[in-house]
Formats: sequence, structure tokens, C-alpha cells
Amino acid sequence: MKGMSLIVKTVTNIVIGFIFIYGLYIILHGHLTPGGGFAGGVIIAGVFVLKLLTFGSKAKDERSASTQASVWESIGGLLFVSVAFLGLLLAGTFFINFLPKGTPLHLLSAGIIPICNIAIAIKVGAGLFAIFLALAAQKYIIED
Amino acid sequence: MIVFASCIILFLIGLYAIVTKRNLIKIAIGFVLIEYAVNLFFALVGFKKGALAPIITKLDTPHNFVDPIPQALVLTAIVIGLATTALMLTVILRIYDRYKTFDIAEIKRLKG
Amino acid sequence: MIELYLFLIFMVTAAIIATEIKDLMAAVISLGAVGFSVAIMFIMLQAPDLAIVQIVVEVLTIVIFVAVILRTTHIDKTIGKKLSGTQILAIVSFSGFAILFLIVMFRTLQEIPAFGEPIMKVAMEYIRLGLSSYGPGGANIVANVILDFRALDTLGEATVLFTSVIAVVTLIRKSGRKK
Repeated sequence: MKGMSLIVKTVTNIVIGFIFIYGLYIILHGHLTPGGGFAGGVIIAGVFVLKLLTFGSKAKDERSASTQASVWESIGGLLFVSVAFLGLLLAGTFFINFLPKGTPLHLLSAGIIPICNIAIAIKVGAGLFAIFLALAAQKYIIED
Repeated sequence: MIVFASCIILFLIGLYAIVTKRNLIKIAIGFVLIEYAVNLFFALVGFKKGALAPIITKLDTPHNFVDPIPQALVLTAIVIGLATTALMLTVILRIYDRYKTFDIAEIKRLKG
Repeated sequence: MIELYLFLIFMVTAAIIATEIKDLMAAVISLGAVGFSVAIMFIMLQAPDLAIVQIVVEVLTIVIFVAVILRTTHIDKTIGKKLSGTQILAIVSFSGFAILFLIVMFRTLQEIPAFGEPIMKVAMEYIRLGLSSYGPGGANIVANVILDFRALDTLGEATVLFTSVIAVVTLIRKSGRKK
């Protein structure tokens, strides 16, 4: 996939870090403010899509990025399920909130919800980026 | 009541595109329109006049919130909708590779 | 609430344009107009979580549609052709179904709670438990519902997403197919 012009590259260089930090903020504050794992994950996927569309890439790198995205998606899914099974082991119920609740309205509160948010964000972000790589980036030859 | 009816008209436009159009991309657009209509209908059902978004900002005050359950249901449905749309477009891309057309009337014979 | 009606009229217009226009790229842009209107309506309906997700998902939807159209063709050759027999049958049956559907929906809408006055039996329980010592303890009630009260639902969603990604990656690759 080819890159874009110099103007787009410069603007992307300035903007992309802020978008990434915004996505992280949305994920980590998912239990206090609007947002959460789904929104933050899609924003993180959008950062990677923006970078790929702007700077372009080689076909070989795209293939390895596709594999890495699949691996990260599996890691997110495993983290989510293992939190659920830890609840089953430690407190006796699937998906029970077994961690201490902390003080309400602070960052360290709500037990397992921030961990689940991070897991969901990894899963959604990596999954959507893998879909984008497969559909838009990978060169495949149209056969006759 | 009129708000709900407009939402249903949006649903019917999507259904019209699916049933009567012959172009595969138009059929995909119809599916996406139906998805939007249903999501919007859920959000409209949960709305409460004069209430706030369901996020606690102060402790020990009486809460006047809109219904959070339809919002929670729709939140997952939006992301699933994107994934299924991508799957549908992948199948459409494969069909175009083989038949070189989006017209479903011309995709009659089986090949391969 | 007059702006709600204005947005609904705009959305219905954009949806009709998206289904009837000849250029597929313009149809996708009209679809984007509908999607962003939905996001703005979510903000009006006091659902900021949904608005954030809808905006970013809409951007990705447009990107994927445009990627597919750029690889193929952007002219809808079927618009403006003479209607075939099957298509006339489809239009007639759709009209019949639409009339039936509208009658049923009209009677249903008289039964369900009016706009702006939902029955919040279960929701009141979730809001009450939200910050109490028995509940999950998050300030965002929607996050509480999707990750604590109804976490199994979210697990099912994750499964659907995983299946969809696997299917896309399998369908698009070149190796392993017959020549």
C-alpha cells in the first residue's frame, strides 16, 4: 500500500500521539466516565489504520502485522476468560467481582471492571485492525 | 410515538433495499441501515424526559438517570455490527473476483 | 425536542438517497451521513457511551466500504434498467409486507410505554446497587451492566467478534485455494 503526500504525513505525525493517549484515557477511565473497552479499542485500531494509510507499508510487513494482530486478539480473549475463571476459583461464581472495590469515584475502584476493560480493548482493537488489514491492505491477485 | 414511527420508516427503507435492489453493495447498505434503525430504536425506548446520562458524579444525591440497560445492549451490538458488515463485504469481494459483477441477476451459474 | 424530528427527517432523506443513487461512492457517503446523525442523536438521548462508539465505528465502516469499492467498481449498473419480473414481484410483496408491518407496529406502539417515560424496574435496581458495598462499585452504570451484571453477554459478543475475524481472514487469503 502506498503512502500519502507530505502534508498528510506532517499532520499525522502531530496528531497521532494525542489520539493514542485519548484512546488509553478512554480505556482506563471506562468505569468512571463515558467510554470503556469497546470505544477505546476501536480508537486504538483507528490509530493503527491512520498510520498505515498515511505512511504506507510493504506487503511483507503487512503479513507479519496480520499475524501479530491475531495473536493480540487471542491474548485479549484469554485475559477476559481467565478473569472470569479466577472468579470461579476464588469466590465460587463465574464472572464474580472478587477484587476489593476501593473508594468510589477514584481510578482504583470497581474491582475487576478496569481489567475487563483492558482485555476487551485489546481484543476489539486487534480484531478490527486484523479485519482492516485483510480487507484493505493485503495485496492479493484477482484471478481470471 | 411519531419518533418511533420515523425509526420504523428507516427500518423499512433498509428492508426495501435488501428485497428489491440487484446490486450487492446496495444490499449491504440496506443491512447497515436496518442495524442503525434498531440501535436507534433501543436508545429511544430507554430515554426519559429531563433525566441525565447514567454516570454517577456525586455521591449521596438522588439519581435521575435514563435507562442504562438498552444502552448496554446496543453498545455490544454496534461493534458486532461492524464485524458482520466486514464479513459480508469480504464475501461480496470474493463474488466480484469470480463473476466480475455486482448484479445478482447475472450471478446464476455455479462455477469452479 | 424539535431537533430530534429534524434529524430523523434528515436521516430518512439520506437513507433514500443511499439506496437509490447510481454512484456507489456517493451511496456510501450518504450512509455515513445517516451514521453520524445517529451518533448526534445518541448524545441528545443522553447516551454518551453509545455516541463515542458509534462515531469511531462509523469511520471504520466507511473506510472498509471505500476499500471494497476502490478495488472493484463504483458504478451501479443496475439502476435505470428496465425492471425484471422478479423485481416487480419483489416490490409488490415488499409493499404488502410493509402495510402489514405498519399496521402491527401501530397497534404495538399504542401498548408500549410512551416516549420519554420508560418503566425502569430492573434498571432502578442496577442504579441503586451501583455504588453500594454489595455492587460492582463503578461510577459508569453502563460499564457496570456490561462487565459485571451481564458479563456473560459480553463474553458472547467477544465470541462473535472472534468468529467474524477468523472468517474474514480465512476468506481473503490466497493460499490454499484451488487454481
